[in-house]
Amino acid sequence: MKYLVLLIGEGDAGSWEAMTAEQQGAEMEKFEAFGAACAQRDGVEILGGEALGGPDTMTVMRTRAGAVSLTDGPYAESVEQLGGFYLVEAPDLDTLVDLLRLLPAYDIQISPVVDIEA
Amino acid sequence: MTPDRMTPRPYAAALQDVVRDDWGRLAAVLTGQFRRLDLVEDALGDAAEAAARRWPSDGLPERPAAWLLTVARRRILDQLRAEAMAARRHPLLVTDAEHRAERSGVMADPGDLIDDDRLRLVLLCTHPALGTEGAAALALRLVLGVSTHDIARLFLVSEPTMAARITRAKKKIVACGLPFGIPSATALPERLEAMAATAYLAFTAGYAPASGDALLRADLSGEAIRLVRVGLSLRPNEPVLVALLALMLLQHSRRDARLDAAGDLVLLPDQDRTRWHATEIDEAVALLTSPALRGPITQQTALYAVQARIAAEHALAPTSPATRWTRIVALYDVLLDLGAGPSAALARAVAVAEAAGPAAGLAALATVTLPGHRPHAARGEFLARLGDHQGARAAYEEAVALCDNDVERRHLRARVR
Repeated sequence: MKYLVLLIGEGDAGSWEAMTAEQQGAEMEKFEAFGAACAQRDGVEILGGEALGGPDTMTVMRTRAGAVSLTDGPYAESVEQLGGFYLVEAPDLDTLVDLLRLLPAYDIQISPVVDIEA
Repeated sequence: MTPDRMTPRPYAAALQDVVRDDWGRLAAVLTGQFRRLDLVEDALGDAAEAAARRWPSDGLPERPAAWLLTVARRRILDQLRAEAMAARRHPLLVTDAEHRAERSGVMADPGDLIDDDRLRLVLLCTHPALGTEGAAALALRLVLGVSTHDIARLFLVSEPTMAARITRAKKKIVACGLPFGIPSATALPERLEAMAATAYLAFTAGYAPASGDALLRADLSGEAIRLVRVGLSLRPNEPVLVALLALMLLQHSRRDARLDAAGDLVLLPDQDRTRWHATEIDEAVALLTSPALRGPITQQTALYAVQARIAAEHALAPTSPATRWTRIVALYDVLLDLGAGPSAALARAVAVAEAAGPAAGLAALATVTLPGHRPHAARGEFLARLGDHQGARAAYEEAVALCDNDVERRHLRARVR
């Protein structure tokens, strides 16, 4: 199965900007550990994944009655904002959650990707 | 299968027995084979219906559980073929998938396959991604074979609502790929705790006094106990399950004494102790001395164990006045240190009143933040004991106004007088 993993809130990991360079380095190692563990695990593959720019760099595009409007800032008025994502192939949710434990303690939303062909 | 002269009733009873005893095992076998929990429940339901229809004329099969399994398996295969046709795939793929599932299941587990499958099924139905309410309903339906109709009545919702809740849980299992597997060593303790929490939710839904069918609700608590027993039969020394079973048994042992003949609530001190189930109390007390609870235990396990020890104090007191209230107060202190909620604080205040008098009880009550009628009822009781009958009446009236449970309100009204 394919899953979209959204790193949606800082959670216990805390704010990246507030970290010392050393702390940031330690957090980066967790991403590397996650990547390495995924590579080793049978049936698991990271298909894509990026860190995203902050809320002040986001743009929302809406189409109303055929007219496109762009607005500055993120969608929805939530405090937490999407900081990054992964697209991961994994045999099941438990395997994925097991591996995600290696990441910094973000709040994470996991959505199965729907296979339109099936 | 020789037709004999059994009346329809024994066939129904035989079917009831096999549903009660074998449903979870059959569901586990089928889920293990096909990995399609969403099809398993319907297929077993169809098989049970077919049995009700055919056993009276065909005779009771020699192995009723195997009969149900065969029929259910055929239903699932039909369904899979229909799906494959709809998707314009070659029907052979289905048989292929089936063989693969069978092979991989056998190869992955050289041990006791059936028991492992049952544990997988229980863990799947109580997966935290499902939410406890959906999980509790699904576990009752699939592991214990309780009908959707009965589960709906037990949780006080309509049958279509409950059917929708169960369907949603089944769909989520398939859609988000919850595995039919044993969790990793890191995740297993958390998963067993989720399983315990699910069973306890089902248990308390039955245990809360409610208007309506008291007998049926005691039944739900009994089913929740069975769910924990299924877990324990597979992991006999799991601390969270040991502690939870002890707690449930002690609370459940008083079920026959909690309501009088008119269906009115009987409080603990006034209960007829000869109507408590002594074998259940004995089993629970033995569980509390289990080595499983002597090592380091999690917070959730400790919460269950301490509550069970409090219940055991009541259960073992020969009479109500002989209750060791000082000990109970001390246990409530431990419980509150563990992070128990305001209802534990209220129970502690009641114990304080028994141990040190109603004035001390009132003082302890002052810090209780529990909403609802119960703190007012306790205040009324303490004030009455202090001789402040006017204050007591006012407190009871406040309690009556806030109470939304018929049985309890009747009980409180009797106190206002």
